[in-house]
Amino acid sequence: MAPTTGTKPLRLLITLAIVVVGLAVWAFWPGTDHGIRLGLDLQGGTQVILQPKPITPGATITEDQLQQTVAIIRQRVDGLGVSEAEVTTQGSGDGAAIVVSVPGVSQDRLLSLVQRTALLDFRPVWGLYGPASATAAPQPIASPSVSVSPSATPTSSATASATASASASPSGRALKLVTSPSASSSASSSASSSASSSVSGTPVPSQSAAPTQLIQSKDNSAEYQAKVAALDCQLPQNYAGGRPDDPTLWLGTCERTGSTKYNLQPAFIKGTNVTGATATLPQNGVGWTVSLTFDSDGAKALADASNQLTQLPECGGAGANPCNAFAIVLDGVVVSAPRFNEPILGGQAEIQGNFTAQEAKDLASILKYGALPVTLEAVDITTVSPTVGSDQLRAGILAGLIGLALVMIYLLIYYRMLGIIAVLSLVIAGLITYLLFIVLSKSVGLTLTLAGVAGAIVAIGITADSFIVYFERIRDEIRDGRSLRVACDTGWVRARRTLLAADFVSILAAAVLYFLSVGSVRGFAFVLGMTTIIDLVVAFLFTHPLVVLLGRNSWMQKGSRWTGLDPSRLGGASVLGTITGSRRRRQGEESA
Amino acid sequence: MSRIGGLGRRLYNGEVSIDFVGRKRLWYIISGVILLVCLLALVFRGLNLGIEFRGGASFTIPNATCSVEQARSVGESQSGAQVIVTQSANGSVNVQTEPVTPDQSLVIASSLAKACGVSQEDIKAQVVGPTWGAEISKKALQGLLVFLLLVTIFLSIYFEWRMAVAALVALAHDLVITIGIYAVTGLEVTPATVIGLLTILGYSLYDTVVVFDKVKENTRGITGQSILTYNDAANLAVNQTLVRSINTSIVALLPVLAIIIVGAGFLGAGTLLDLAVALAVGMAAGAYSSIFIATPFLAQIKSRQPEMRALTGRVMARRKQTASTLAAEGGTAAVLTDTNVPSGPRQQPKRQPRSRRTR
Repeated sequence: MAPTTGTKPLRLLITLAIVVVGLAVWAFWPGTDHGIRLGLDLQGGTQVILQPKPITPGATITEDQLQQTVAIIRQRVDGLGVSEAEVTTQGSGDGAAIVVSVPGVSQDRLLSLVQRTALLDFRPVWGLYGPASATAAPQPIASPSVSVSPSATPTSSATASATASASASPSGRALKLVTSPSASSSASSSASSSASSSVSGTPVPSQSAAPTQLIQSKDNSAEYQAKVAALDCQLPQNYAGGRPDDPTLWLGTCERTGSTKYNLQPAFIKGTNVTGATATLPQNGVGWTVSLTFDSDGAKALADASNQLTQLPECGGAGANPCNAFAIVLDGVVVSAPRFNEPILGGQAEIQGNFTAQEAKDLASILKYGALPVTLEAVDITTVSPTVGSDQLRAGILAGLIGLALVMIYLLIYYRMLGIIAVLSLVIAGLITYLLFIVLSKSVGLTLTLAGVAGAIVAIGITADSFIVYFERIRDEIRDGRSLRVACDTGWVRARRTLLAADFVSILAAAVLYFLSVGSVRGFAFVLGMTTIIDLVVAFLFTHPLVVLLGRNSWMQKGSRWTGLDPSRLGGASVLGTITGSRRRRQGEESA
Repeated sequence: MSRIGGLGRRLYNGEVSIDFVGRKRLWYIISGVILLVCLLALVFRGLNLGIEFRGGASFTIPNATCSVEQARSVGESQSGAQVIVTQSANGSVNVQTEPVTPDQSLVIASSLAKACGVSQEDIKAQVVGPTWGAEISKKALQGLLVFLLLVTIFLSIYFEWRMAVAALVALAHDLVITIGIYAVTGLEVTPATVIGLLTILGYSLYDTVVVFDKVKENTRGITGQSILTYNDAANLAVNQTLVRSINTSIVALLPVLAIIIVGAGFLGAGTLLDLAVALAVGMAAGAYSSIFIATPFLAQIKSRQPEMRALTGRVMARRKQTASTLAAEGGTAAVLTDTNVPSGPRQQPKRQPRSRRTR
């Protein structure tokens, strides 16, 4: 009944100090960001919530499709060059939503960027060049001098894989394609880039990634060729993607790692003609391959194109324009550029090229989902101007301070000395909340929204609640005739149980809200859950040990109206109280 | 304040006792009337759903120089349908339209900017598709059901299923009242309102859990004695936690009131204000229901238990006997017949086990 032992207040206080100092060091570690990341409603910008819908009605959206969509959108948004742009998913399956938040970008620009479908097409290659922008050659494409050197290595590797494929799968189930040298197989692309590096081998990273216009033209004019020649594939913005091309026009673009430059003819197959793509590991095969199936239009176009292209010379050779390869183009950059081994008549094809499992899977998913696996509907578009955002932030902070002040005044008046402990506890809780916001901002990218600010304000009251539960328990114990010192401990044992049960319900509510909701509700739930846990930490490691220390103080034990725990006022351990208590006990004995 | 402390003492010792459990019929009638009004308002007036739920576009123009009528005419001519225009205390004008396409919304925003003398950048715009609201509502409902299921399991394990039922009844009471207030006043229901409602879930239960914890403590081993009925012990628990309930409710409401004041005075309608209004109503209802609904209801269903019925019978028989013996002795009879009303220091249940131990 009276577990007076066990509490070591100093040890608990030191634990808390370590926690707080640790958080502070983490939050303000030199060289990192010390600010709290603000949501769009607090700093201004545009947020679009997109709801993915399956392209074929009645189908469900798989997790794969969702991730693929997010990856494509993220690529496009990153192309804007805005820091702190965010693309996240909420929920899963048919109820999933993709939230795109970009500070300081206007609504129309963001919408046009995220809502259009990714464009995948297959284009015959007219010419293929190394990464360096050709120098002052007047007609660079035609000129045989332009970085022909890499072709030697890749061609040999291509032949090698061609023979391997011929011997590997004689089943005849799928007609073969063999990747051309510079395509996505990393080994060959690095080979070609190193072979051709008359300029520096590594691309120069550029922060000011201003999206440039794609080089497109109605025909293979000299003017167009000059532009292609001037294209520098070592600049990230030129191979970043995110710029859909017009499939009916010629296209001069880069491979997506920046290793190779292509001059491409108008598309002969669109992404929508691809009905399936899977990464497979063929029996006796050397590496992973990607199997493709096409619909009837796609199969016919593939048959025609492969018939024509197989007549053409190897790509990369002198004067090899056009040549035997086709480029798979996604959002304006070349993902892979295989060459035809033989005409493909059955609408089924296989791309070989010593892929690793991951490379093959990535390529397959691009081929399958390239033309966005889903359609996206913008279901909620919110634009907040920076001035309105900062107004809301200021109002939120003001409301929080007023609320905090009111609660502190109330606690001080009602609980006197204990009130001071409560106020200090609130300050500590506020400090931990602030530090955690900074830490979580930089570690997991937490953003503070207006709903989160509201959650923090509401948490003030809920945190103070737990002190009241504890203090009232102590008072109850004193009324039962226990000494202050004992009451602080026994009261805690009882209050602790109540607090844990009640806070568990709060955390449960916050967790359910967080995992099952979308939009602003999540931000609120997260903050509420976080502050509830902070409340427990502060109650266990700060409020309780401090009250115990106070209980050992002689002034507090003497009892005064300023302690907030005066027995004579509470009606407890006064002499009279003890006598009535014992009389009651006697009565109880008699009656029992 | 010390007077409240004194009241706390008298409530704790049972010198002052409010018969919360015994007068349950009165509380039920009060709550019943409020609930009826709320339900009638819900059925006949319905909720004023924000654009997030019915789809549409909202444009908030800060420091607008245009009149409400001007904004209305611009909005209606550009959207081709009726619009709702409101002006808030801080001088901003809000225009809400029927569902529009994103392109249309840009046109509307630029026309409004021109008419109201602000730059288009400053306009806060939100465009919501008509199906999105259904999605939010579905999610909220799912969350509600999952939460209720989990919390029922938790309360059944931590307390017992009867307490879980009583807590859920109180929770339903709070939710209906809060939603009902929105129907009665016609305040707009936004996602922030839903957040507020969901917070009340946690808060209302928090309050109830604290009271029930005391009830649980007071009624431990109650069947081993014959002085207190379950009703008496439960009522004492409510009285003992009354000061705490009042304090926590005030302290929880203070920050919410601060949000309402700042929200109404500086921001106009918005996330903060919507949230705070729902919270204020819900917290008040939650404080009320944990005292006046949850515990009386719990006592009611507990009393149906056979062992509690037996206990009540024993206690009543005993009280009659004590009263008659004392009446025979004369003198203090008047004081002791008072024990029929569950109050008085001798009904301190916590002392009961100890007295039995000393025996």
